[in-house]
Amino acid sequence: MSGKDQILGSLRRSKGRDGPVDAETAAALRARIDGHARNIVPARTDLDAGGLVDLFETMATKVHATVARVSDMADVPGAVSDYLRGENLPSEVVMAPDPSLDAAPWSDNKLLDIRRGVPGEPDQVSITSAPHAVAETGTLAMFSGPDHPSTLNFIPETHVVVLPASRVVKSYEDVWDAVRAQAADGASGRGGLPPRTVNFVTGPSRSGDIEQNQLLGAHGPRRPPIPIAEAH
Amino acid sequence: MSDGPRVALFVTCLVDLFRPSVGFAAVKLMQDAGCTVEVPEAQTCCGQPAFNSGDRKDTITIAKQVIEAFAGYDHVVAPSGSCAGMISKHYPELFADDPEWSARADELAGRTHELVSFLTDVLGVTSVEAAFEGTVTYHDSCSGLRELGIHAQPRGLLDGIEGLHLRELKDANVCCGFGGTFCVKYPDISNNMVSNKMERIVATGAETLLAGDMGCLMNMAGKLQRDGANVRVRHVAEVLAGMGDEPAIGEPQDGQG
Amino acid sequence: MNVHSTSRNFKNNAKEQLANADLQAALNKARGHFVDGRSTARDNLPEFDALRDQARDIKNHTLEHLDFYLEAYEEKVQASGGHVHWARTAADAQQIVLDICRSVDAKTVNKGKSMIGEEIEINEALEAAGIRPVETDLGEYIIQLRGERPSHIIAPAVHLTKNQVEQSFRENHTELDPDRVLEEPPTLLDEARTILRKKYFEAEVGITGANLLIAETGSSIIVTNEGNGDLSQLIPKVHIVLASLEKIVPTLEDAATILRVLARSATGQEFSSYTTLSTGPRRAGDPDGPEQYHVILLDNGRTDMLGTEFEEMLRCIRCGACMNHCPVYQSVGGHAYGWVYPGPMGSVLSPGLLGVDEAGHLPNASSFCGRCEEVCPMHIPLPKMMRHWREREFESHLSPGSARVGLGLWAFMARRPRFYQLATGIQMRMLAWMGRRRGRLSSVPLARGWTKYRELPAPQGRTFQSRWKSGERPPMRNGA
Repeated sequence: MSGKDQILGSLRRSKGRDGPVDAETAAALRARIDGHARNIVPARTDLDAGGLVDLFETMATKVHATVARVSDMADVPGAVSDYLRGENLPSEVVMAPDPSLDAAPWSDNKLLDIRRGVPGEPDQVSITSAPHAVAETGTLAMFSGPDHPSTLNFIPETHVVVLPASRVVKSYEDVWDAVRAQAADGASGRGGLPPRTVNFVTGPSRSGDIEQNQLLGAHGPRRPPIPIAEAH
Repeated sequence: MSDGPRVALFVTCLVDLFRPSVGFAAVKLMQDAGCTVEVPEAQTCCGQPAFNSGDRKDTITIAKQVIEAFAGYDHVVAPSGSCAGMISKHYPELFADDPEWSARADELAGRTHELVSFLTDVLGVTSVEAAFEGTVTYHDSCSGLRELGIHAQPRGLLDGIEGLHLRELKDANVCCGFGGTFCVKYPDISNNMVSNKMERIVATGAETLLAGDMGCLMNMAGKLQRDGANVRVRHVAEVLAGMGDEPAIGEPQDGQG
Repeated sequence: MNVHSTSRNFKNNAKEQLANADLQAALNKARGHFVDGRSTARDNLPEFDALRDQARDIKNHTLEHLDFYLEAYEEKVQASGGHVHWARTAADAQQIVLDICRSVDAKTVNKGKSMIGEEIEINEALEAAGIRPVETDLGEYIIQLRGERPSHIIAPAVHLTKNQVEQSFRENHTELDPDRVLEEPPTLLDEARTILRKKYFEAEVGITGANLLIAETGSSIIVTNEGNGDLSQLIPKVHIVLASLEKIVPTLEDAATILRVLARSATGQEFSSYTTLSTGPRRAGDPDGPEQYHVILLDNGRTDMLGTEFEEMLRCIRCGACMNHCPVYQSVGGHAYGWVYPGPMGSVLSPGLLGVDEAGHLPNASSFCGRCEEVCPMHIPLPKMMRHWREREFESHLSPGSARVGLGLWAFMARRPRFYQLATGIQMRMLAWMGRRRGRLSSVPLARGWTKYRELPAPQGRTFQSRWKSGERPPMRNGA
């Protein structure tokens, strides 16, 4: 008997059943999955678009992310290079191949030395966008894909996220809807599957493992600064 | 003859055996509030020691005895959160599979109370006549706090006593380490817990420690005295009933020896 | 497989740990942080308690239909190109991991923190097979250097002071300058980070645990703060997920509900730094991510807990709130419990997985203060289940003989009020007489457990019942 049969057999015996749940129950359970009903979503997210962006900024700042608001995508490269210079960080950056980042005039900024692609061990600064940002807790949501190698979120010590304000959503549930939308989109070329990796990032990496001192920057990025572009 | 509720006092074994003055204080408080108080003779214990030791059979026997002895009264009141909790929260659990006794247990549970919360929440008492001079700190016994929600009630009554200054105890809601048989089965761990509690008590600078459960009180008094701390320990009922000038827990009785 | 546990020795373990100055210092430092953190997080979310109720209901529903959800989950994992392996026992799980590692000729395995990994002793199995496991979670890395096991399910090194960490680094990072300054936590962290960073690129296999499995999409979720679990699964060729059966929930929305109470209950954070949803291996066109994705579903006693009075324990989401608030855990630390799961949740789970013979002390070492149940995000009635273990022990005559005799005697008396009153009346008058001068007794026959550390307050004299029977009454109110 396979491990699976042994386990399911033991499980069913414990539940007082001879076999799987009956057809009616199975249909109800399947409907519950397919309906994916939302449970309680905290009321703090009941805000208009502007309120959500403010909430996102407040929550992200609380967890020590650096948030800089700029009024136009055109200002983003300057804001990024100013930040890197101010923190004494290198200007060699690895950037996601994400076409939405092309809306910013990176080539006009002579201070930034940009390579598009996958990061390696020596890379210290990465720039990506994020398809969504959850106002509820100041959380960025990033999807893996040809446009966005997930390792950009972890390998370099500094991770800059260019976030158009229109991408701020209320809650994690809104991100789930986007995950399902991607999976349902046959034309996306993603094989009818969700992204392989969905990273929710809330503030920089931290560890409390040494006497509960909250240390920022354990393994992933030390600080994810998030310039928000208002224009879109 | 009073028209007030007819109350049966559940003495509790520790009050009965070690500190009857708490029982008299409880009776006085309820009489002053207009109750007729009786003490059913056929009572020994609520059964918690057996229950917590896993001896369900003996617990059930004792519980049945309690249910019978306390039948017919408007209310059953115990000067102890853990005993009142045993009867009101755990008796129904014990008899869940026994329809006849389950109904009787539920019925008893519905009219069983801890003393202080009975005074405030059922009888609507808002103040007591007692006077007491001095600083006091209060420990929240675990069962009373978590099973019965007793927190504001004793503080409310103590607050109204002229001359009494209540200082909040840090970590008042952390276990003192008594836990019934726990303190003698795991004395080293219990000692660590009561030592921490003692530090907190002494740090308040209060002259008197109060709580609503004799087990906790004897545990804390015993530790305070072993380590030579100058804090007197009493049951809150004694202070509320104006008996706060009698020998404290672990002090010699007047006129003896 | 021989499980290495010292739970049997709990009482002596506890004694040792109470005398362990480093541990006591470490626990004192950590205590307030977790308690205050949770309390503040709860205050900042008005829906917190309602979310706990929903989380409990989600898990209850799932456990009721666990087989359906597990099969639905497996289907989705396979549809995304992943593999599901069903491991009945810890030994089965070990074998599956080794087979996968050998299939890619793995020399090194990077590990994110996994309590299931501890439960199945996977590091020992890997080492025995000549494969090197590298712990990448900072706390796990530190204890791996020290050859210790985790003492807490969220904060594995909470039992150590920073001096102890410094000492371990100096002893093991011998390639670094021995004169370097290494006292403060930030420098310790930097050193660990630098050393581990290289290792991320060396492993062929990454093993993580899973906080949740999701039937709707065939995904696994890890909740971390360091990002090490992410680096461990994105860079190597193979990602193995170790998860016990009860980690599963039906939908992404169900997962979100549980996630809302998880970090808040554990550390007081609203959300962990990194919460990651993984579904299968990399997609065609993905520039990074693992090429293989394997999920090992572990039973190891869970299906036996279903349908019993211990089923509710399977709602546990491994937040650690119970042990953070438990005065016993806070006195003796996690190692005293002798196995993988300490504190209140360990006291209920360990006898179920190891047997009452081995772990019977754990559910007994509780004062039933109830704080654990009060803070549990899943409303697990921990004291009630510890009592059930005590009942099982009592019924199988596993409680110590002397305790049974004492209890039996006491119960005999308690069932006979008149005899009880007579016997206790005599005893109390005797004790009162013995203690009359000082009001207390420093030493009492048969009460050494009490008097070792405390005075015993002397009884006042006659019992209440005897005085009441003689007609004694409290003073009446003035003018009444």
